[in-house]
Amino acid sequence: MARTITMEVLRYRPEQDAGPVFQTYEVPFTDDMSVLQGLLHIKDELDETLSFRWSCRMAICGSCGMMINGKPALSCKTFLRDLAPGPVRIEALNHFPIERDLVVVMEDFIDKLERIQPYIIPKEPRTLEQGEYLQTPAQLEKYEQFSSCINCLLCYAACPQYGLNPDFVGPGALALLHRYNADSRDGGAAQRMELVAAEEGVFNCTAVGYCSEVCPKHVDPANAVNQNKTTAAADYFLGFLKPKGSRT
Amino acid sequence: MEVYEADVVIVGAGGAGLRAAIAVAESDPALKIALVSKVYPMRSHTVAAEGGSAGVVQSHDSFEHHFNDTVSGGDWLCEQDVVDYFVAQCPEEMVQLEHWGCPWSRKPDGHVNVRAFGGMRIERTWFAADKTGFHMLHTLFQTSIKYPSIKRFDEYFCADLIVEDGRAQGVAVIEIASGEFTLIEAGAVIFATGGAGRVFRENTNGGIVTGDGMALAYRHGVPLRDMEFVQYHPTCMPGTGLLFTEACRGEGGFLLNKDGYRYLQDYGLGPAEPEPRNKAMELGPRDRLSQAFWHEQQKGRTIDGPQGAVVHLDLRHLGEKRLRERLPQIYELAEEFLGVDPALTPIPVRPAVHYTMGGILVDGRCASPLPGLYAAGECSSVGIHGANRLGSNSLAELCVFGKVAGLEAAAFAKSATRRDSATLLKQAQKVEQDARALLTRTDGTERIAQLRREMATTMESGCGIYRLADTMQAACDTLDELRQRFRNVGIQDKSSVWNNNWLLTIELGFQLDVAQAMACSALNRKESRGAHQRLDGFEQRDDEHFLKHSLAHYDGAGPPRIGYGDVKITHSRPAVRAYGAAGEKAEKLAKEAGNG
Repeated sequence: MARTITMEVLRYRPEQDAGPVFQTYEVPFTDDMSVLQGLLHIKDELDETLSFRWSCRMAICGSCGMMINGKPALSCKTFLRDLAPGPVRIEALNHFPIERDLVVVMEDFIDKLERIQPYIIPKEPRTLEQGEYLQTPAQLEKYEQFSSCINCLLCYAACPQYGLNPDFVGPGALALLHRYNADSRDGGAAQRMELVAAEEGVFNCTAVGYCSEVCPKHVDPANAVNQNKTTAAADYFLGFLKPKGSRT
Repeated sequence: MEVYEADVVIVGAGGAGLRAAIAVAESDPALKIALVSKVYPMRSHTVAAEGGSAGVVQSHDSFEHHFNDTVSGGDWLCEQDVVDYFVAQCPEEMVQLEHWGCPWSRKPDGHVNVRAFGGMRIERTWFAADKTGFHMLHTLFQTSIKYPSIKRFDEYFCADLIVEDGRAQGVAVIEIASGEFTLIEAGAVIFATGGAGRVFRENTNGGIVTGDGMALAYRHGVPLRDMEFVQYHPTCMPGTGLLFTEACRGEGGFLLNKDGYRYLQDYGLGPAEPEPRNKAMELGPRDRLSQAFWHEQQKGRTIDGPQGAVVHLDLRHLGEKRLRERLPQIYELAEEFLGVDPALTPIPVRPAVHYTMGGILVDGRCASPLPGLYAAGECSSVGIHGANRLGSNSLAELCVFGKVAGLEAAAFAKSATRRDSATLLKQAQKVEQDARALLTRTDGTERIAQLRREMATTMESGCGIYRLADTMQAACDTLDELRQRFRNVGIQDKSSVWNNNWLLTIELGFQLDVAQAMACSALNRKESRGAHQRLDGFEQRDDEHFLKHSLAHYDGAGPPRIGYGDVKITHSRPAVRAYGAAGEKAEKLAKEAGNG
């Protein structure tokens, strides 16, 4: 017979709960079961009213980020066998308002994503008839890792600065900003620099590096932020050397 | 109820929906676009596609080759004029994605690289490592942010299509965060809601792949075409069904039975050679490979695993370096989910449901028979996949036909007559009333998890890789019964905020309708073709009677009426579908005879 593990799940239903409370479920599990499968067992067999986001089950859609025993993680690729004998404590992602249960309000991230201009601003426009831009594997490598962000928000839940100052653009969006700046096809770095160097930009980061540690896709947002600190600082000082008005 | 007036409303913001939205925005910036998705767009299931997207690019390749691979791969149940259009548009759409920033894998000279894929005669699969769908989806989503005319309704659930005067004129949607309804009026509606693979038990699909758009169109009288054709992908994770991309085999992976033998050579796919050969062995089409697994299992030559019989996907000879470069996601999935290092140990795999070939009936311009309703992507049946889809044609389809649907819907919306808002609102209020009745009733005794489980089990036994009349009949009967029991469903969660218990219940209603269309279409097709294979006296393809599209027509509480429609044959006459050495011989003969 399967073993069981205790899952303590944070519940918050704004229409009936005064504040968040933990609810405990006993979940049978096998060695191949993820935390997500544990939650699905609860939803199907024990309590239909528990709400959480999920979809692909394979760590690519980015839906199922949550705090698992106090650490930000994707529930689909965290396995109950590694958390036995338990109990396992499941909470909504840190630093975001809770919409309900494990579902957080994530509009803030979407707003930030929209602000970084996350699209190619062509360095040299090209028609479809002219075919593809040439890009060597070495040029691809400069940004590929940063393009692997699945928007799961674990880095935001890990970032102490974002917790203190929600205006901070934050690790994920800055990594994506850097992804476009570092793309050989893109010429939009100057347009994006204003945000990089702004009050809510890279200089908020105190280089804790926890964002990169929790990233499930090895994007290394801390690296992206640091590269932009250097660029923004150079840009700032170069501004003094150039005649007034020449900065773009 | 809130009312939003759009010119075009698009339901679904995966690859097809986003491509459609951009097409509308680029065609006329004055058009107001409402883009509705029950998840944030980057969660859409396009994200999980791995291997790549087709587009002829090499000088020794041709549109004719891509056409022939697609039509024979589909066992001649394809609309050949639509396939012609499709293959000719693919390369431009792939270049368009490149211009928008898609990180396609490159050759040393900077040109885009292509890889081999199952059933494709020449390498033409564009790829971004083994995360092609992910990169295409994020590229399209992030690019869509450029266009101010695209108004997104993220995490809005489409409860129904609004049809008035015999024309699709909008949708009624539920804001998931609040449970509140909005009526989105529009001159044209595009469904881009994806497939329905979750009606089966073991599948590669995300939880959101529940056939919503298919069911809604179907209930409004649009036939579902070729629904019996459901693709089993041959290499999936036992139990969960998670996908190990066909690119594993495109890169040179082997399939081995319990004796370490490359068993595909026993099923007309040989000879077995050490290097991958296009359209042979492991690079045969998916239907044939899944069927070969079934036979190996019958012969007792598979391996028993805790989650059922498996064979081995052997990548060891490719070496860690190449695996990390070309198949990094596969490497991680095997390591993290199975505890297998694929550079050292073969990966246990078995077939699982992957793709819905059939869908909402549309013509080559993505128009359904219901004026004003368009469909694109997996939810649609535009006619390119026939009885079996080739790997890498579906991602290309999203772009080619997403764009077509966008342009056609934009043109239709511009010429559409003025709407009578009061009538539309009245309809939307009725939709809200019905949905709320489901939520507020207290006498329902059926549980959705139980009904869903019974549906998935019966679909697996009745509509699996091989099919028999009695199990198909049993599936039809069970689905009939489940649809009746569904009317007595009870929902525990009575709240308004993020009540996905309620939405899952509505989804289950969609799934049951779609599953029934699949099972009944399957029972009625008395032949074997592509992914529909029977073992009860109908083992052969029967062109005389069944070179026809099936059409499932909704019939209220009863089972669907199944009709048939013609297949458009332009220049490829149905022939023997052969792969491996036999395929090469057949191609040679056909060439000499001047056909193909």
